[in-house]
Amino acid sequence: MSSSTADPRLASAGPPRRPIRLSWSDERLRAIVWQILVVGIVGSIVWWLWSNTVHNLEVRRIATGFGFLQREAGLPIGESLIDYDPTHSYLRALTVGVLNTLKVAVVGVILATILGTLIGIAKLSKNWLVSKLASFYIEVIRDLPLLLQLLFWYTILQGLPGPRQALNPVDGVFLSNRGMKLPWIEWLPAHNWALLAMVAGAVGTWAYARAMRAKQYADGQPRKIWPAGLALMVGLPLVVWAAHGAPFTPDIPALRGFNFRGGISISPEYFALLLGLVTYTAGFIAEIVRAGIQAVNQGQWEAAEALGMRRAEILKRIVLPQALRVIVPPMTSQYLNLTKNSSLAVAIGYQDIVSIANTTLNQTGQAIEGIAIIMLVYLSISLSISLFMNWYNARIALVER
Amino acid sequence: MKALRLSVTRALGGVALAASLAAPLAAQQAPAAGTATTLDAIRARGSLICGVNTGLAGFAQPDSQGVWRGFDVDYCRAVAAALWNDASRVRYVPTTAQNRFTALQSGEVDMLSRNTTWTLSRDTSLGFDFTGINFYDGQGFMVKASAGVRTARDLNGATICVQPGTTTEQNLTDWARANRIQFTPVVIEQLNDVVQAYVSGRCDAYTTDVSGLASTRSAQARPQEHVILPDVISKEPLGPLVRHGDQRFADLLRWIHYGLIGAEELGITAANVAQAAASDQRPEVQRMLGRTGDLGRMLTVDNAWLLNVIRTVGNYGEVFERNLVPIGLQRGPNALWTNGGLQYSPPFR
Ligand SMILES: N[C@@H](CCC(=O)N[C@@H](CS)C(=O)NCC(=O)O)C(=O)O
Repeated sequence: MSSSTADPRLASAGPPRRPIRLSWSDERLRAIVWQILVVGIVGSIVWWLWSNTVHNLEVRRIATGFGFLQREAGLPIGESLIDYDPTHSYLRALTVGVLNTLKVAVVGVILATILGTLIGIAKLSKNWLVSKLASFYIEVIRDLPLLLQLLFWYTILQGLPGPRQALNPVDGVFLSNRGMKLPWIEWLPAHNWALLAMVAGAVGTWAYARAMRAKQYADGQPRKIWPAGLALMVGLPLVVWAAHGAPFTPDIPALRGFNFRGGISISPEYFALLLGLVTYTAGFIAEIVRAGIQAVNQGQWEAAEALGMRRAEILKRIVLPQALRVIVPPMTSQYLNLTKNSSLAVAIGYQDIVSIANTTLNQTGQAIEGIAIIMLVYLSISLSISLFMNWYNARIALVER
Repeated sequence: MKALRLSVTRALGGVALAASLAAPLAAQQAPAAGTATTLDAIRARGSLICGVNTGLAGFAQPDSQGVWRGFDVDYCRAVAAALWNDASRVRYVPTTAQNRFTALQSGEVDMLSRNTTWTLSRDTSLGFDFTGINFYDGQGFMVKASAGVRTARDLNGATICVQPGTTTEQNLTDWARANRIQFTPVVIEQLNDVVQAYVSGRCDAYTTDVSGLASTRSAQARPQEHVILPDVISKEPLGPLVRHGDQRFADLLRWIHYGLIGAEELGITAANVAQAAASDQRPEVQRMLGRTGDLGRMLTVDNAWLLNVIRTVGNYGEVFERNLVPIGLQRGPNALWTNGGLQYSPPFR
């Protein structure tokens, strides 16, 4: 860097350099020696552990390596986002596990954020009952071990009637100890295209809103965004869908034999895990949100009230945007917790990555590889969450002048 | 809280294994030619650490006093009796189907005596040695009597509960594929939880070894509400196992099992064993009970080893009678070969 510095005064700003003397009294020489020593010690410990491991595995004739990933898994898996059957490889089975973990983590993070924010706001409510209820919820949920809560939800869901006596609250919706069954449509490529059009529409709406805001800053005229948004996000997909012949065949669940066929289903295992993770994490998020809102100076409320704004409006336009700066950093660790806690899935039979990797390592005996895979998966997910949250945090940070 | 502790051990099992494998051999009683073996480590410790299941009536379960009892437990007690003539010198470590192998690989237990099926891959790539078949079993299905299911083929479309990390789950998928049967698996690690899921109706059927089904059925409040289907879809030869390389220890376990069977063949029981040692003139009895020859010393234990074992747990028939008949199991293939069964002992000489 210093060579590209234009200002010559900066280049020579550091202390004058003198040559390293080969003497123990030279501070820089000492530093170098220490560093070599530390690296050397750490390196030899790692090497020692590694060679012991290899030797022990060899003596005990335990198989090593990742070759097993290509072997046929033969594992039964109850629910999967991608096509899977037991003739597929361990790699495929583990991928199913990763996707199952993501399925509960992503949905969990979104729902916990919504629920937690609502409860956090409720705790600050001027309504005595609402605020006490919120406090009570936060206390109870945070004081009970999560595993216990998961088992509680799972037991409750198992207590639902069997498929033949399934609850039928709304037409086409069935609730039984086999899970929740919802009507769906026969999914065809046309629906994929429509979905794609909706995503494109959302991007378009965002770009449009940006452009309009820039114009508003220029001439002070507010402009309506929603008509264009509606056209792009609803109209466009409808047109695409119609262009593909507007296929629509409802797929209503019906009892056949042991179970319901058709429609889409949410298993009791997934539902219990999601419910447990969301309600538990929401308790912590609520406290973060409450603290964030209270961190915003009371004067802001008063000033806004003086301008005639309503409380809800103040919260949305003035307080929350500032509170976010306090809220976002601790939120990251809640998201990480939720993701890691999802590994309690094994206790209630939801087949996440830990469950499938554990079974894999049991069937192949390759525990070290199995644990390495689990660690790699969680590390990747956690780092992605951290990176995203850091980026978001930087974006909303106060721009200081 | 048992569940809590177990899932922690399960989660850490693999990590513990990694850590133990990274330590040098001498420090952890693993075998290597000329250095300390597991048997030496057991002797030095003065007690045996035996991996059993988490509580399967008839096989391994603590009674109301907290004393472990069962068919598998008797094999652990027999080892302690052979080594020290003291069956109480055993520490029992409950393991699930899922975490049992890491427990043995890592040295957390000395051996497993835990309805474990002998398979090729467990014998080789998992790094174990099986020491015999003390229970010939096969996999079956249990359903509610009210479900009206007659044979396993009626289970097409059913939801089936199964424990992970077992041959059970693999046989299930093989069987379904071969018979073109569709099923939804519900895979739960803890025995209690998987049984609970079946009982609550989450699953239409529960599948495991027939012996396990009999045990679970007998433990239900109303066993007659559950039926075990006649179909047996696999071979499940169950027996104790040790780490690969523990030959001496494996020899001891193998011959304890044969000793139990040999005693039954010769009509020696817990009640008459002392008498037989003193006055039974048959040469094989005299050798087995350590009155002549040094069979015990060849196994590096006291020459009265089998006398002590039989005095403590009885012969194979008595062990079976005491533990498994109460849960409704018959001898079947586990009868002596002389009675048309498969249990057979090589000669003691
Ligand atoms: N024999 C099979 C299954 C063994 C097994 O774990 N069976 C279950 C059901 S009978 C069991 O013993 N569970 C007891 C436990 O998890 O504590 C195998 O070796 O894979």
